[in-house]
Amino acid sequence: MTVGQFLPAALAAHAPVLLVAIPLILSAPAAALKSGRTAWGLAMAGSVAAFLFAIELFLATRGDAPGISYALGNWEPPVGIEFRVDGLNAALLLLLTASAVLALLFALPSVEDEIDKDKRSLFYSAFLVVFAGLAGVATTGDAFNLFVFLEISSIPTYALIAMGAGQDRRALTSSFNYLVMGTIGATFFVIGVGFLYMATGTLNMADLAARLSELHGNRVVEIGFAFILVGLGLKAALFPLHLWLPGAYAYAPSFVTTFLAATATKVAFYGIIRFSFDVFSVENGFVLNSFTYVITPLAIAGMIIASAQALFQSDVRRLLAYSSVAQVGYMMLGLGIGTQAGVAAGVLHLINHAMMKGALFMALGAFAISYGVRRIENFKGLGQALPVTSAAFTLGALSLIGVPFTVGFVSKFYLIQAALQKGWAFAVVAILISSVLAVFYCYRVLVNLWVAPRPDGASRSVQRVPYMILGPLLVLALMNLVFGVYAEPIVNMAETAAAAAFNAGVAP
Amino acid sequence: MMSPHVILRVVSKVLIPLIIVYGFYVHFHGEYSPGGGFQAGVVLASAIILYALIFGLDEARKVFPPYWARVGMALGGFIYASVGFVSLMMGGKFLEYAVLHPDVSHGTGQHIGIIAVEIGVLTTVTCVMIAIFYAFAGRTPEISDEDW
Amino acid sequence: MVEVLAERFNYAVIIILMMVGLYAVIATGNLVKRLVGLSIFQTSVFLLYISMSKVFGGAPPIFDYKEMAYDKLDPNAIYSNPLPHVLILTAIVVGVATLSVGLALVVRIREAYGSIEDDTLAEADYSLELEKGV
Repeated sequence: MTVGQFLPAALAAHAPVLLVAIPLILSAPAAALKSGRTAWGLAMAGSVAAFLFAIELFLATRGDAPGISYALGNWEPPVGIEFRVDGLNAALLLLLTASAVLALLFALPSVEDEIDKDKRSLFYSAFLVVFAGLAGVATTGDAFNLFVFLEISSIPTYALIAMGAGQDRRALTSSFNYLVMGTIGATFFVIGVGFLYMATGTLNMADLAARLSELHGNRVVEIGFAFILVGLGLKAALFPLHLWLPGAYAYAPSFVTTFLAATATKVAFYGIIRFSFDVFSVENGFVLNSFTYVITPLAIAGMIIASAQALFQSDVRRLLAYSSVAQVGYMMLGLGIGTQAGVAAGVLHLINHAMMKGALFMALGAFAISYGVRRIENFKGLGQALPVTSAAFTLGALSLIGVPFTVGFVSKFYLIQAALQKGWAFAVVAILISSVLAVFYCYRVLVNLWVAPRPDGASRSVQRVPYMILGPLLVLALMNLVFGVYAEPIVNMAETAAAAAFNAGVAP
Repeated sequence: MMSPHVILRVVSKVLIPLIIVYGFYVHFHGEYSPGGGFQAGVVLASAIILYALIFGLDEARKVFPPYWARVGMALGGFIYASVGFVSLMMGGKFLEYAVLHPDVSHGTGQHIGIIAVEIGVLTTVTCVMIAIFYAFAGRTPEISDEDW
Repeated sequence: MVEVLAERFNYAVIIILMMVGLYAVIATGNLVKRLVGLSIFQTSVFLLYISMSKVFGGAPPIFDYKEMAYDKLDPNAIYSNPLPHVLILTAIVVGVATLSVGLALVVRIREAYGSIEDDTLAEADYSLELEKGV
């Protein structure tokens, strides 16, 4: 185990648990405070600390380095609960914590605009709990613990989404729908874990993987896998299970949408990769078949149908939410291919999608804060009024389409390559169709933004977008461009992650 | 004006201290027998709730302000998590109770750890129950009492 | 058939409860009833775990303090499995938290819309949308 890449060794040795525990403990004082700004400071401190630990973990698991195992309370795994970090979740943690830091910069002005004064400190407290929960899902090496963290992150998420009710009361019903479907998903996951426990008598993932390899063809295990796949699929908004997503993204406060779009479904998606390729393995015929004959058709259907649905939305956030469902389809297709290259493409798209959707939703937040606009027809002429924000939005949209020299192109390129290696020409066709649909729905927004003249009745006064928003927005937008040209770091990251998923090896 | 609930008031003044003592009994016995922070927290909260039912919500809010409830909720979680951090600082792993006390053979560290964690649980559960009660009792009913 | 069912009586009960809960979530338009269904669904999973931890002839998994102190524990003693109970204790807490957040949301929905019936809510939203102009 290599520790102390740049943090002091005493801290680095506990990095996996501190990454989760620091945001969690900071959420308590944040809830007790009355001042929203101080609570924001705590949230920022927690996220930055987590980000530093994530960098440390990422550096420590680079390349062929073995995974890091941390026994909570010094109860040795497999009996005790273990936190385990390898190339796969180190990449995810880096993405998660970086998104949190960037989104929080954006949060200060946005939350002051949208949330009641006396609720702000509770809002940041709930955010910290969500963040800790998501980080916990990404670090834990225990199947049941994953469920607990999943729910720790989900329950405050429902509350955060419902806080959008000040803007639009539909936030309440959307949050309720998410609650019902999210709980069903989590319960399905628990049923699946229960079946695995029945068959193997262990909950530790590494231990499960070892014991499951001797249980090929066992019906209980197969049913358990199916339940887990459906449960996590619900949380990840896999195509027919995505119904909670558009409402939740469209009516939540801007900051919540930005953060969730970049992280929440990604973490559930990580859970699917972890269970399918690490705990189970594709050598298991049942797993491979369910990917080839169930996940792949659903992913393709999602890519095309959700993109088509996005075409008909008049609310820009709803449009992007449907596009998110389509993007989950791309990632799932990567898994459906079932090879290491496919998973690498899926992880790559996961990282890239967080960048582009983070930029897009943040730009929408900037439009909402300066002009209060959300519907497509109100975007007319905003390109001249807010050129920088609009340019950032455009970069994100181009990346979403997959124009060369943006990250969207890189991941689609790798996805197509992986599909062709497997000989799946139909998947390539589906990617192209979905991309064309993306051109159309992005065109609808962009043409209003840049080409259509500002209606005469609209106020001509230019409202400045706060620098706190412009800063992270530009960083995210430029990341789309920079990593699109110089893609090596993220491609390496995705390939390490896929390799870690396939040859799970943790130093004992 | 003489309050109509004399018997209730007198009885409750005797009962509430007993309820609180019983709450602590359940809490500290939780280490050896059924009980613990969750149950004791509810018992403790019920003392405040009983007070509110008999003397009215405003009086109860004077005894236990709603802001205390919010602070208490946070404080409990903070105590729980800080046990983990204390064990880290004493050279163990996160939540490793054994390092909290040098006497390992009797498991004294384990005792200290679980008692500290349970105090956190007690604080949170008590305050959450009271906060829930305040939140719901404080809402204006849509049908006034005279209309029933 | 009867013997098969009788042998797996607990599983039959669990499956029936699970389906009852899931059906209630899907079929009813009343938000509170939906939460009731959700709770039944979750409870069936609790039962699944609890029944799986039963070991026939097993004693409650509590060590006698004196026997443990004098190293006289019977190595051949059979105990029921305590782990699923602990897991389900956690899951119950999670379930209660979900339920309470759900009920709080229902209260807020009732205040905002004046109804907790799904179709009335959809109608109210639709007419709101029409007012704004599609």
